[in-house]
Amino acid sequence: MAYGIEVEGLVRVFKDIRAVDGIDLVVAEGEIYGFLGPNGAGKSTTVHVLTTLLPPTDGTARVAGFDVVSDGPKVRAAIGAALQEAALDPLLSGREHLRLQTALHGITKHERKQRSDDLLERVGLTAAADRKVRTYSGGMKRRLDLALALVHGPRILFLDEPTTGLDPQSRSALWAEVGRLAQEDGVTVFLTTQYLEEADVLADRVGIIDHGRIVAEGTPAALKAEIAHPTVEAIPADPEQRPKLARILEQFGELTQVSPKSLAVRLSGDDFGLADVVRALDAAEVHVEHLQLHAPSLDDVFLAKTGRTLEGAGSEQPEIADVT
Amino acid sequence: MTRLQVASLARRSILRTLRQPAYVLPPLLFPTLLVAVNAAGLRPSTMLQGFPTDSFLAFAVAVPFIQGALFATMNAGTDLARDIQNGFLNRLALTPMRGSALLAGHLAGVIVMGFVQSVFYLAFALAFGVDIASGPAGAVMILVLATLISAGFGMLGAFMALRTGSGESIQAFFPVLFIFLFMSSMNAPRNLMTVDWFRTVATINPVSYLIEAVRSLVITGWNAEALLLGFAVALGLIIVSTVVASHALHVRMTRT
Repeated sequence: MAYGIEVEGLVRVFKDIRAVDGIDLVVAEGEIYGFLGPNGAGKSTTVHVLTTLLPPTDGTARVAGFDVVSDGPKVRAAIGAALQEAALDPLLSGREHLRLQTALHGITKHERKQRSDDLLERVGLTAAADRKVRTYSGGMKRRLDLALALVHGPRILFLDEPTTGLDPQSRSALWAEVGRLAQEDGVTVFLTTQYLEEADVLADRVGIIDHGRIVAEGTPAALKAEIAHPTVEAIPADPEQRPKLARILEQFGELTQVSPKSLAVRLSGDDFGLADVVRALDAAEVHVEHLQLHAPSLDDVFLAKTGRTLEGAGSEQPEIADVT
Repeated sequence: MTRLQVASLARRSILRTLRQPAYVLPPLLFPTLLVAVNAAGLRPSTMLQGFPTDSFLAFAVAVPFIQGALFATMNAGTDLARDIQNGFLNRLALTPMRGSALLAGHLAGVIVMGFVQSVFYLAFALAFGVDIASGPAGAVMILVLATLISAGFGMLGAFMALRTGSGESIQAFFPVLFIFLFMSSMNAPRNLMTVDWFRTVATINPVSYLIEAVRSLVITGWNAEALLLGFAVALGLIIVSTVVASHALHVRMTRT
């Protein structure tokens, strides 16, 4: 199989902080790879190294078949990148951005205009093309950012938290475009995100990173099947029955509290199902007003691998690539 | 391709400058206001024996050319620092753009603005009755020298931006540049300065020679020594600031 990205033992150290601490990964051509982790996990630093903006401290990385250290210009010619925070000039229009970007990539004058028009249409910014970027919404900026990353027809696309701060509608539109790029144009996509849903919906495979190390990797379905088991959440009809409910639920696995009113149990194996819980509650005459089976999520995977939830893990260390 | 890169970055730099009134108006208005106030208040200085002209405005009109160039330091630096802070420099670094194209393109806005400012100051001087002793060719020489000075200070601003990556740092440094201006021969010929330490400071201050080169074209005519010193300082500033800015860019853009 041909790989778009091959990384072996990648390390990046900032003074005494190992922001990336020995990463190994491969991304097949045309694949969407989701790099999931909390803030400060090392996602952006990895992207900066893979896009040649930062030299690695140790290890090797090949992108589009080229070494990121010795073949930097070739790597850059093969990749497009939309880095964290759409880096746009508020005083220029969308069209002027594309004009600049196409010129810097050495695209011929005639082709520059055609390419710009095509990309503006593709990301739905034709009508706003001549407005200054400072009047754009967050979603429009992200779409322009994506268009700029595509001007030279890259084989590999790096998207660093592309939907952070976007409303659900803008997020869905961007997901659709990224999916189309991979499926129809065969573009390899390396996507960092801290959103579980984004990785789940968009990525063919997911690598979960924490403290600079990949703690789990696989398809979202395989990761969830491998690590996590469903959770049953119940709210007793009579709050007095809460201790009794807890005693019954803990027969099926590890007890957790989802909300002050409810109790939940992560089923401990394949032997138990929702029906078993219902039968046990019925036999014990515990009445519940709410009973729900939660499918395992990538957060369960993260929890199982790190002992923390993804939401709560974010503020432990700064995102190194942003402070250099 | 480098020519296209420079032209594209220059276009952006010029557009950015023209679209920010705060970058255009203060460099035009403040120096002319200052020279107008000084010309009115310090007119009696022309009575001093040995004062080179009987018009203080003619004597002082060289100052706006330098003061305007100092604004170039802040404006060019702040713009580049903003590019660093918001990640735009990373976007550029991911293209095949050469570092030299970035600096050259970035400087284009400074040069255009420096030229426009110089034309404005010259028109101001002529409108208020200043005769250019060196004639029309001298007026052209003033524009050339003033534009070079703007380029030198603009590159100094680019260096500071690349070194610090902070627009705030550049703005904080801006008043320091004005100390160089005030500690120069801006308001009095050096040979008439009676305070020894001030005359010494003004003599070792390179800004004095920039002012005196422009001043010589206005009030004296073609003074080879003054012009040589002025152009040497301007070109020296361009060379030194370009070298340090190039190094700072190399450090800042650590792409492989």
